[in-house]
Amino acid sequence: MDFNDTKDEAAFRVEARGFLAKHLKLKGEEPAASKRFSREEFLVAAKDWQAKKSANGYAQITWPKEIGGRGGTPMQQVIWNQEESKFDAPVGPMAIGLGMCVPTVIAFGSDEHKARYVKPSLSGDEIWCQLFSEPSAGSDVAGLKMRAVKDGDEWVINGQKVWTTGAQFSDFGIVLTRTDPKAVKHKGLTMFIVDMHQEGVDVRPIHQANGGRDFNEVYFTDVRIKDSDRLGDVGQGWNVAIVTLMNERLAVGGAGGPGWREIMDYARASGAISDAAFRQNLADWYVAAQGYKLTKFRTMTALSRGETPGPENSIGKIITANQLQDISNAAIEMQDHYGLMTDESVMPVEAAFQQSFMWAPGIRIAGGTDEILKNIIAERVLGLPQDVRVDKKVPFDELKSG
Amino acid sequence: MNFDFSEEQKFLGNEARKFLNAECTTAHVREVLDDDNMSHHAGLWQKVIEMGWLGAAIPEEHGGLGLGALELCVLAEEMGRALAPVPFASSVYFFAEGLMLAGDEKLKATILPGVASGDVIGCYALSEGPGSSDPAKLSVAFDGSKLRGTKIPVTDGDIATHALVLAKEGSGASLVLVDLNAAGVSRRTVKTLEPTRSHAEIVFDGAAATRVGKAGDGANHNDAILDRASVLLAFEQLGGASVCLEMATDYAKTRYAFGRPIGGNQAIKHKLSDMYVKNEVARSNCYYGAWALSTNASELPEAAAASRLAASEAFWFASKENIQTHGGMGFTWEVDCHLFYRRAKLLSVQAGAPGVWKEKLVSALDLKNAA
Repeated sequence: MDFNDTKDEAAFRVEARGFLAKHLKLKGEEPAASKRFSREEFLVAAKDWQAKKSANGYAQITWPKEIGGRGGTPMQQVIWNQEESKFDAPVGPMAIGLGMCVPTVIAFGSDEHKARYVKPSLSGDEIWCQLFSEPSAGSDVAGLKMRAVKDGDEWVINGQKVWTTGAQFSDFGIVLTRTDPKAVKHKGLTMFIVDMHQEGVDVRPIHQANGGRDFNEVYFTDVRIKDSDRLGDVGQGWNVAIVTLMNERLAVGGAGGPGWREIMDYARASGAISDAAFRQNLADWYVAAQGYKLTKFRTMTALSRGETPGPENSIGKIITANQLQDISNAAIEMQDHYGLMTDESVMPVEAAFQQSFMWAPGIRIAGGTDEILKNIIAERVLGLPQDVRVDKKVPFDELKSG
Repeated sequence: MNFDFSEEQKFLGNEARKFLNAECTTAHVREVLDDDNMSHHAGLWQKVIEMGWLGAAIPEEHGGLGLGALELCVLAEEMGRALAPVPFASSVYFFAEGLMLAGDEKLKATILPGVASGDVIGCYALSEGPGSSDPAKLSVAFDGSKLRGTKIPVTDGDIATHALVLAKEGSGASLVLVDLNAAGVSRRTVKTLEPTRSHAEIVFDGAAATRVGKAGDGANHNDAILDRASVLLAFEQLGGASVCLEMATDYAKTRYAFGRPIGGNQAIKHKLSDMYVKNEVARSNCYYGAWALSTNASELPEAAAASRLAASEAFWFASKENIQTHGGMGFTWEVDCHLFYRRAKLLSVQAGAPGVWKEKLVSALDLKNAA
């Protein structure tokens, strides 16, 4: 047992670090890019950084060389991610496209699609979003209603998507639609590529509970899509979506935000470190956070050995999202009445705990709610039977919804 | 990154599991449970001796196999899975490891070969009464040659031949070795929540004792012994918690209510999923503890505390919710659930209860992060 790189891994790490150091500053050397830049400036910086990575073989390291990747190992990708995260890299806007949408295009698209879309996404020129969730289809994504009707060699799309990350700056999207309401729920769906700049696509920011506007609603009004921009067969959209969502599960990591170390630092400064009840809670947070961190090490070990990791990584978001909420809440209560305030200029750690307190409820839902993730562990890892389903044999348009 | 056991270590674990599946079924465990006169399973103990496991981590020059701490961790997980009703933990994790930590060469050469061969059964005597055992508040006293006072309960204290005892000496504490069959020692078996592992009250009335390590170093030795033993106990807890999840999952798939398996209900799914998450948190922390133990890393105090806390929580949760998942059957003597519930409690209070370890952990973190 050790935590060391193999010889090849160490060489790659040195190489990656050298490239990063040439182009970026370490975190903490100056205010973070996300604070220095406006949203528009950040997007420009992100595209520029993506172009540099792509030109030097660091974008999508595991993708084959033929389509612009490095042809590298999953372990190299992990090492790259570790090293890049130490630097103030403007990343984020391309994550969903490269992590989920474009892999779906590669899996189901035509040769023309691949020739057209893969390279510009890798170089940061074009950004993608994923249009699945709807107001009446969240955890039960297959319950979506956005309608696609065939008209000659085109489809006409009408309906509403919601919680679409990055739609406001995306060039393309993959959109899951209902093409046959008479078929049972999972059989009447079809996936398309959509140009987000075309007429009839209307992106509106969602005003979130925390006051921010990070996600969008996207309204489709008579949006026309060529049949040749279909991904997979008509009625096979659910199988296509499964491939996208499997990639999501690999992509979704921890919740971020302040953790045991931050609240311990604050408790030491405030004197709460001597409170016995706080100390007991702090121990629990440390143990769970270590459990998450060390579980990732187990996954990396499997990757390093060229093995397929086990399901253990599925515990990550359940642990970290709940812990973020608990720690934020505890920090605010530690500050007593003063903790209610949110003014960064007067609050400890620039109101980080107050911000994460309002962000945490969203993280417990995004990318699979706690409850859905637990169902997944129970069904796919432990092999427990599915719930009784009343929606499996009934035509979609006869199902109750609300 | 190589944060896993080696192929050889996994092979050892598989072989141990096969052996224990045959030699230590819950029927064997129940022989001890149901017979007040059985302190342990002598037949199994003899076979464990023959396997050489008692000396797994004892150096070859002292009669052991000279394997490392990682191999011992692998064996501990299997012993925990099997609920082995033998004094393995007392003799190996506490007694032999304690002697190897604190004893001089002469003492090790005298005692360790006996531990490896099974002629010596060791135990660790710390608790004296309700509440955590503070080395600064001991009543059992050592005067340089004789020991006086009462330790209660001592796990395996009634079948052990020798004990390491933490005792007051002057204004401090010292670790001493006692031959439990010598004059001045009397003991009686005490009833506990976990009858498959025997416990005793030991009264020392001027019993001859030998100091292990220096006078006044007892508190430090105690910390080191508990840190090391805790990692190994955590692997036993991890093994037990894993079996509870397997039992609950199997039952949830085959027990029907309202016309379908109970495991189709989200209330059961989420419970078992919570078990899985806690078990994985425990496994990862245990591996870190194993690494720290095997390398004598400076992180051992935090790693030991985290593995102990994570594994105590996992086994507690899994053992109680395993009963709950089994419903009324789970509360019968005949169904094995309560065996794990009992063992979970023993393992989480032996070597200090979780609250004590949380405080230890935070003290260690506070100290390191203040620097």
